[in-house]
Order: sequence, then structure tokens, then C-alpha cells
Amino acid sequence: MSENLSSRSSRGNEAHSEIGNSPSLLTSVATNSWTGFLRPDGRKGVRNLVLVIYTVECARHVAHAVAAGEENVHVIGFPGCYDNAYAIRLMLALARHPNVGAVLSVGLGCEYTQPEKITDTVRASGRPAEWFFIQQLGGTRSSVTKGKEIVSRLREQIRRETPRVPMTMADLTVGCECGGSDGTSGLAGNPAVGAFFDFLVDAGGRAIFEETVEMIGLRSHLISRAASSGAAEQLAAAYDKAERYCHSVRQWSVSPGNFAGGLTTVEEKSLGAFAKSGTRPIQGVIRVAEQPRGSGLWILDSVPDEHFMQFGYTNPNDTEGIMDLISAGSQIVLFVTGRGSVIGSPIAPLIKITGNSATFRAMLEDMDFDAGRVLAGELALAQAGHELAGLVTRVAAGEPSKPEQLGHREYFIMYKHQNTPALEDGCRA
Amino acid sequence: MKPRAFQIQPQDNVATLIDDAPAGSVEIIGAAGSEIVATEKIARGHKIALTDIAAGEAVLKFGVRIGHATQPIKRGAWVHLHNLASDLDERSGTLDLNSGAPTDTAYV
Repeated sequence: MSENLSSRSSRGNEAHSEIGNSPSLLTSVATNSWTGFLRPDGRKGVRNLVLVIYTVECARHVAHAVAAGEENVHVIGFPGCYDNAYAIRLMLALARHPNVGAVLSVGLGCEYTQPEKITDTVRASGRPAEWFFIQQLGGTRSSVTKGKEIVSRLREQIRRETPRVPMTMADLTVGCECGGSDGTSGLAGNPAVGAFFDFLVDAGGRAIFEETVEMIGLRSHLISRAASSGAAEQLAAAYDKAERYCHSVRQWSVSPGNFAGGLTTVEEKSLGAFAKSGTRPIQGVIRVAEQPRGSGLWILDSVPDEHFMQFGYTNPNDTEGIMDLISAGSQIVLFVTGRGSVIGSPIAPLIKITGNSATFRAMLEDMDFDAGRVLAGELALAQAGHELAGLVTRVAAGEPSKPEQLGHREYFIMYKHQNTPALEDGCRA
Repeated sequence: MKPRAFQIQPQDNVATLIDDAPAGSVEIIGAAGSEIVATEKIARGHKIALTDIAAGEAVLKFGVRIGHATQPIKRGAWVHLHNLASDLDERSGTLDLNSGAPTDTAYV
């Protein structure tokens, strides 16, 4: 994890005190360079990981036992025995993520999802990949031994062979999720991310926020931010789908903790959530496992498309949303939580931000950034955005975020349906 | 120090408490600096009415309608699930005022 730490990232640990409003300092963060990992498709990663993927719940224990105690080896998997096109697209996007250098797929041997096909697709991306069926190796212990042998070999291979390249903000895709929101999230936590997103977009990077069920009540605001008429049509279609969905499942993206924290309506929560988008134009809508079609600000639609199975909720927990953002190529994900959360993520480092200084103090070991200082009048919003840029730069250069330090790598891959291939702009509903 | 509430836009008729406030004077910061008297105890993160709001009238935060008053709200009062409802989410009227927990799901 620390192998790219020695790079010249860095206004380093002093970033918070050095970065103010001065244009020269701003430029220095924007042009700041660190060392990343070049993938065969030209994308650049900020970590060099081996990913273990299990293809059914029955293989979960073995996959985790293979990764246990192994540095730079992360695990994801899909619990279902019956395969699902959405889940497979999601896993393939994660397997070919810029932070992933190699993949081991582990199956039991009787499930629908095929580890060999995952391996073929990953190899076609230029990454080394291996697979096995537990049933063919003789059981738990022999599979774990074999798996550990494979991941150490893959890890050594990518450590040795992956080209190191300079990276700047222009090479970054950063996603933002919010969860456990309270009254401060919309006032400080999300606006601080919005200030950083403006900065990232101006530096040529890609910013992704989700999601459309958290924009309920904001149809005209959303559309007024569109970068083009095509983007406006995509936004309108995605919004209308989200509102139909919420009506049909009678569930809006708001939870008891939000209400207890002072939020009263879904519209109010939406406005707070939307604040993380900053002020730049929205280039368009991407869906789970799709990559942004250029630099700038993008919105991720993870709402299920109409399907006779009516697969569950759009975004049943925060981890599911974070996985979606990682599947869109985010090398780093920002997570804004007013009430506090202890989750992390595999593949892409998670940076935890709170707009509530009391939460920051109470959960110091889990929280990376205190945006509550904006409310206390200690920090202007623009400064918070610049400080956040400094923190993102340090994490990109290899400094572990708090969830990484604590070993949090929660993941969640569910059955869902989204239409594919992509339809023409404006024809999505 | 006097408890503070943050008003986002000048046209907002509610502000968000940054500190826990007992009934009494609250400093309004943000879009407009002023003072208001809270007529009841209001927790941090919750909203205080900046004007009298009639039943059915829009409640504005971020300069945008976040729902409608379900009963008349007096200036200085706590604005939450008991007097403000979503225009869209029909479950919002069934939630416990203090915990936010749903009351419309049977546990049988």
C-alpha cells in the first residue's frame, strides 16, 4: 500500500495549513503530481491490488480465507447461484478497475456465474488472471492453499511489471456518496465536497455523484445544470424513472436516522445531497459499470430499470452505492456522513467526511475530514474544498485513509436489472 | 455562548440549529444575521421557523420548497415531522416525531 508513498506528492501533511485562497497555492495542488500505476487500457490507478472474486455465496469463506492476512489483496463476490447480467457487469467493471492489477476468481463449481469467463475478460484487458473451482481442488484447505499461492504470485508479478507513471488531478475519477445524513450534511459536509468537485472538474478530472433517488423534488434544478440538451434529456429521463420507482415501491431515500437528525422531508434531504455536486455543468448520466464519457461532472443512475422481477430497492445501503461509484472507475470515493459511519470499501480508498464536528470528535479513529469547521466559522467553504483536494492528493499518493488503516473493506453486490446496451440519449425510459 | 442557527438563503423561512438550543434567544447566521426567540427546545440539526407559516404554506430551505406546513407554525417554533410534510413521500406523516422510526409497519 505504501509503495507509491515516496513520490513527490506533496504538500503533504502541511497541506491543511498551507492551502488557502491564493491562486498560486490552488495551482500547486491542481498540478501536484504523484506516482500511480499504469494499466494496459491507459487508465491509471492509485493502488496496485490483487482482487479475489467469488461467484457464489458457497465460495465466500474460501475467498476470504485466501485473502486473510495478505497485503494488497481485496475480496468481492456475488452471493446468488443464479446469474444476473447486472451483477456480472458490475463485477467485470470492478475486476478491470484502474486500482486492480490482477484477479483470482473462485467458484464452488455448480453455480451459474462462471469464474473462467470472468478470467477471460480480465485477461483480455491485459491483466493477469487465474481461476479455480473449489470442487475440483478437493475442499476448503486445499483451495485456500492453492489460492494463497496464486495471489502471492500475481501480487509479485504486478509489483514487478506494472509501469509507474506520474499522475495529477486530471487523471482522477472521484465518486461521492452520502449516508447517515443529518442536518449538517447539506450545510457543510456535502457543500465541502461540492467545492472540491468544482476544483477537480476545473483541473480536468472526473467527478461522479449519485444518485437520482436522492434528487427527488429537484427536477427543474437538476435539468438547469445540464451541460447540453442531450444531458438535459438524460437527466429528465433518469429523474422521472427515479420518481416512478419511489412511488411504486413506496420508499423514498430517507431513513429514521435522517429524521432523528433533523431532516424532515425527502425534498430537504435531496437538496442537501445535491449540494455535493458543486456548481459545474452536469455532462450526462451514467449507469452502474459505465465509465464517464469524458472529463467533468457526471451523475450515476443506479435505479433499476423496469423489469418483471422488480428486483428490490435501488440502493439498499451505503455500501451498495459506493460499489456503484467504484464500478464507474472512481479511484477514490468520498463518503459524507453527518451521523457517523464505520464502513470502508475494497478496491478504491474511502475518505470519510463529516459536517458535524461533534461526530468528528466522537469517531475520530474513523473520520478523515471535519467539514464542521465551516459551520463554526473557522473555515470558508472554498478553503474546505482546497483542504479536501490536499487530502485526496495524499491518499492518491499512497497515504492510507482511516477506513484503510482500520481494514474496512465492506462490499455489496446484489441482484438488479438495468437495461443494456445503452440506448440513445433521451430514450432511456 | 448563544446557540446558533444557519439560514442558507435569504428567502428561507426556516434555519438549521448548529447547537442544541433551549427555549430562548438563538443567533441566526448565514444568509442574514439576526436573532430569534426559540419558543421551545430544539436539537442541533433540526429546524426553527423564522416567520409565522400558515397551514398549507410552502416551507423553504436552500431557497427551495421542501414540503408544506400541515398546521400553522409560529415564528420560533420547532419545524419537523409534526408540522411539515413532504409533497411526495406519503410515509413521512407516520413517523415517530423524536426517533423518526416508522409506525406504519406491523411487527406481527
